[in-house]
Amino acid sequence: MRGEPVPLLSVESLGVEFRTRSGTVHALEDVSFTVGKGETVGVVGESGSGKSVLFYAVMGILDGAGRITGGRAVFGGLDLVQASASEREAIRGREAAMIFQNPRVALNPIRKVGHQIEDVLARHTSTPSAALRTRAIEALAAVRIPDPERRYDAYPFELSGGLCQRIMIAIALACSPSLLVADEPTTGLDVTTQAAVMDLISELARSRNMATVLITHDLGLAAEHCDRIVVMHGGHVVETAPTAALFAHPRHPYTARLMATTPQGRTDLRSLAAIPGQLPDLRRDDLPACRFSERCDRFEAACGQPPLARLDTDSAHSVACRRPL
Amino acid sequence: MTDVAVNDRAAPLLQVEQVRKLFPLKAPGRFLPFGAVRRTPLLHAVDGVDLSIGTGESVGLVGESGCGKSTLMRLITRTLDPTAGVIRFRGEDIAQIPASAFARVPQRRLIQMVFQDPTDSLNPRYTARDTIAEPLRLLGNLSGAALRARVDEVAALVQMPYELLGRFPHQLSGGQKARVGIARAVALEPSLLILDEPTAALDVSVQAVILHLLADLKEKLGMSYLFVSHDLDIVRLLCDRVMVMYLGRIVESGPARQVFESPRHPYTRALLSAIPGIAGGASRRIRLEGDPTSPIDPDPLRCRFHGRCPKGQDACTRSSPALVQVAPAQDVACHFPEPA
Repeated sequence: MRGEPVPLLSVESLGVEFRTRSGTVHALEDVSFTVGKGETVGVVGESGSGKSVLFYAVMGILDGAGRITGGRAVFGGLDLVQASASEREAIRGREAAMIFQNPRVALNPIRKVGHQIEDVLARHTSTPSAALRTRAIEALAAVRIPDPERRYDAYPFELSGGLCQRIMIAIALACSPSLLVADEPTTGLDVTTQAAVMDLISELARSRNMATVLITHDLGLAAEHCDRIVVMHGGHVVETAPTAALFAHPRHPYTARLMATTPQGRTDLRSLAAIPGQLPDLRRDDLPACRFSERCDRFEAACGQPPLARLDTDSAHSVACRRPL
Repeated sequence: MTDVAVNDRAAPLLQVEQVRKLFPLKAPGRFLPFGAVRRTPLLHAVDGVDLSIGTGESVGLVGESGCGKSTLMRLITRTLDPTAGVIRFRGEDIAQIPASAFARVPQRRLIQMVFQDPTDSLNPRYTARDTIAEPLRLLGNLSGAALRARVDEVAALVQMPYELLGRFPHQLSGGQKARVGIARAVALEPSLLILDEPTAALDVSVQAVILHLLADLKEKLGMSYLFVSHDLDIVRLLCDRVMVMYLGRIVESGPARQVFESPRHPYTRALLSAIPGIAGGASRRIRLEGDPTSPIDPDPLRCRFHGRCPKGQDACTRSSPALVQVAPAQDVACHFPEPA
């Protein structure tokens, strides 16, 4: 982050729409952010804020009904939006890998976990087939799975949720990617398992100088593990800031609200606030410029008028609000 | 509304004593060593738990998955028969009533439950109104206009908009489905409400709203809560007392604030240190190595936490610690409790 190095991933004005029977969902609009080499970036927001869709679009695994309406996603010099399917396939899994929320669903239920790791190695590396097994066991050992030789032959249903998520991480990291996207990697896991999985991801990221994107709705988790946080609401990036600055001084009213709803460290239920209203219906054609304006207590008439105001307090902290805190 | 005698206030609403639930498993292998006796292995899901909930009190039950929380909950709601032990509800031992007959006893309507996932626990072919009406029809003997009026009343109680009562679960948002689940549980005005991770499937912003609703309802209806969760932050906000469970046993119990501020059992400490937060993280974390020991035929003379415990010693393998009082109202089952 010193100076202005070339970012590893740079998303510029990305837009995504979904065609549905009940109208076009404007899922993402003018989304821009960067991820530097070796940096850990948190993407937080409520469900429906577009945080997962954003990375599905970047990785090129968007649902068939989804369409990228514009913008760029430059990863290591290649624009992933314009790239051909085969170019993207070569990067996905080797240079950029993703792990998903529910490891049991994401893993192949009728294939041994060891073979699933070998599949990635065989696809993306020139490992001779005789060495695949050894490499797969090494990958299992790297994510601290006890007794990796035995686990190699296990099926996902034989493993606990925490172990399944470690297998997912092993698959994702098998080719030593330079970017790991973790989409709610610990939702549904116990607190102790969550802590162990997150510490593992952080340590591996640090030791391999791998950039990590942590998609989560848990601000506490993002606070603990991320260098920088991108806050999303209704398909917009509303605030981007270094973690400490964001928590010390949230500028966007939504960020502040989100913090007030987090039960962490509170002792009194009365201090726990709620965010009024809901995400706007993204199928509407008359969405206001600021999609939070209808829930916001600092609303003024100009907030609904385009363009969406963007303020950069300093080079690292930017907020999309006309009347920031 | 009830025909069950109300006991004097001093007696707790629910008193569970030494309740156990052992599940028999299939015996392994066909060949036994010479002279060995074939016996069925037993999974000790709940192994001698004492618990009491006072009238209007809310008690949190925390622990990892697989520790027996859900089994204990099913024993208390009497959908599962205990192997041994006493479950006294309003002074009467309901552990003796077989689970199959419990639906027809007068206590049934006084113990209700809110389930974890509002999507899975609602009938997809029932409208919100049907769902809320079901317990009232079956246990409240209401029908026709009286039933309609009561459903409207309950919907208002949980702040469920009247217009949404005709909708099916797939037409409702997560928060609205949670409200339907809560409305169904409180429709009969139970005295004990068991909540199984009621907010685990919800967004933070909706979670806050539902927590406020639960706190309000408790005050309005004077219910007692047994709040089962692995989210310690929420337990701290909602509960007066907290019990920490590990592999079928209670390892620590006490007033919520006291337990969170000075946990005495190493497992409680590890659990609390695992909560992510901005105040330093990995550095102060107590890491638990490995997985819990197997709950199948555990060694009765060994502390269940031994092997994962950062303070484990030889003494822990020779005798299993019992719950002892270490501070006013705070009990810990550990040979080497942490200093206060």
